[in-house]
Amino acid sequence: MTSGAAMPMVRFEKVTKRYGNLTVIDGLDLSIGRGEKVAMIGPSGSGKTTVLRMLMTLERIDGGVIWVDGEMLTHVERNGIAVPADTAHLRRVRGKIGMVFQHFNLFPHMTALKNCMEAPVTVLGMTKREAEERAGELLAMVGLADKRNHFPSQLSGGQQQRVAIARALAMRPKIMLFDEVTSALDPELVGEVLNVIRKLGAEHDLTMLMVTHQMGFAREFADRISFFHRGKIEEDGKPDDIFGNPKNERTRQFLHAVLDAG
Amino acid sequence: MLWDWEYALEILPILGKAAIITVEATFLGFVIAASLGLIFAILRMLGPAIATPVTILVELVRSTPLLIQIFFLYFVLPKFGVTLDAFTAGVLALGLHYATYCSEVYRAGLENIPRGQWEASTALNLGLFTTFKDIILPQAIPPVVPALGNYLVALFKETAIAVLELMQTAKILGSETFRYVEPITLVGVIFLIMSLVSAAGIRWVERVLNRRIMR
Repeated sequence: MTSGAAMPMVRFEKVTKRYGNLTVIDGLDLSIGRGEKVAMIGPSGSGKTTVLRMLMTLERIDGGVIWVDGEMLTHVERNGIAVPADTAHLRRVRGKIGMVFQHFNLFPHMTALKNCMEAPVTVLGMTKREAEERAGELLAMVGLADKRNHFPSQLSGGQQQRVAIARALAMRPKIMLFDEVTSALDPELVGEVLNVIRKLGAEHDLTMLMVTHQMGFAREFADRISFFHRGKIEEDGKPDDIFGNPKNERTRQFLHAVLDAG
Repeated sequence: MLWDWEYALEILPILGKAAIITVEATFLGFVIAASLGLIFAILRMLGPAIATPVTILVELVRSTPLLIQIFFLYFVLPKFGVTLDAFTAGVLALGLHYATYCSEVYRAGLENIPRGQWEASTALNLGLFTTFKDIILPQAIPPVVPALGNYLVALFKETAIAVLELMQTAKILGSETFRYVEPITLVGVIFLIMSLVSAAGIRWVERVLNRRIMR
């Protein structure tokens, strides 16, 4: 086993995902370094969201192996053979991963503060006091210190999404997944959420994977862009290369279409 | 004269005692129905190995008459060495019978919770127990309280069959004096008053729950 910085934080090894006869992810190989920020772009149905969902264990994979932080996520080794992981193993490894969803998925019956305290108290075993202090800090970090006692229904979409980011961070993840986190927002609220993500990238040593349709943000923020098409990565590279000088014909067509529309 | 006030007042305390037993039976029966129903509903969401036998049990109980279940508990179980007195058999049968109806109600509530709530719970690494206790049930139960309340009232009325206390007392009184109008009418009025009171109670619980859940 290799050690330290050379080991990728996330590695997909020939990962396949099918829904019935439809193959949505087709033998995907993908490796993401520690602290790397990767934006996944591509047409809808190209499998980018599925990649995040498989990593969060929201979808079972049908083939291949996913590695996280040097160990298998989807499998455990028994007598030298990799067998599908049990729930206890999944829970332990996915504790390193946090996720922010397109539709926020905040708990509607809890205040912003309680949303951020639930998992630290019940999963990490923090005391209420510690959890509340930490939740307060995180809400302040996303600019919502004054909204801590508000329920999600009393917050705007942008504010809800910022609470969701704070909630995920409260679990101290090493990897953060952002699944089209601005797609459900009114245009004027997109900026405040992107600013929080920028701040996260600048101040924390997080590995970040995002699926996004915000091409400008992807270009400016990400270390690397992966262009997905039909369950495969068609092209992968530095933002300036992908946006400035795409080599793949499909990448070029896609960028033309979205950049012209935007 | 069709209605004798003096006689009615004379039998009222006797019927009142019977009414208390009826309320006790209703309360105990509903506690069983509401909690066992929730357990059934949750078990039916787990894998097929657990869900299938529970579903079969629920359908079996739901599709056979309550009276047969009471007879079974009271007359058949002793053959297997379990002897229950009439009150216990009645309460258990009521509780089990209504638990199957309540389980359907809970199931509707549980199925209405958006998938995103489950996914957020997974992403936050909450355990299954915590997910149910803190995330799913607090959202699933308040909307189904009115439907549960209907079953409380129905269960209450069925105590007339299951525990018989009020009806039986009224019949005994009637057969002693050959006056049935007063006892049976009073039983009807007692049931009516208690139904109205419990319906008001349910509306109050609903209001309290709705105030707590903000959407």
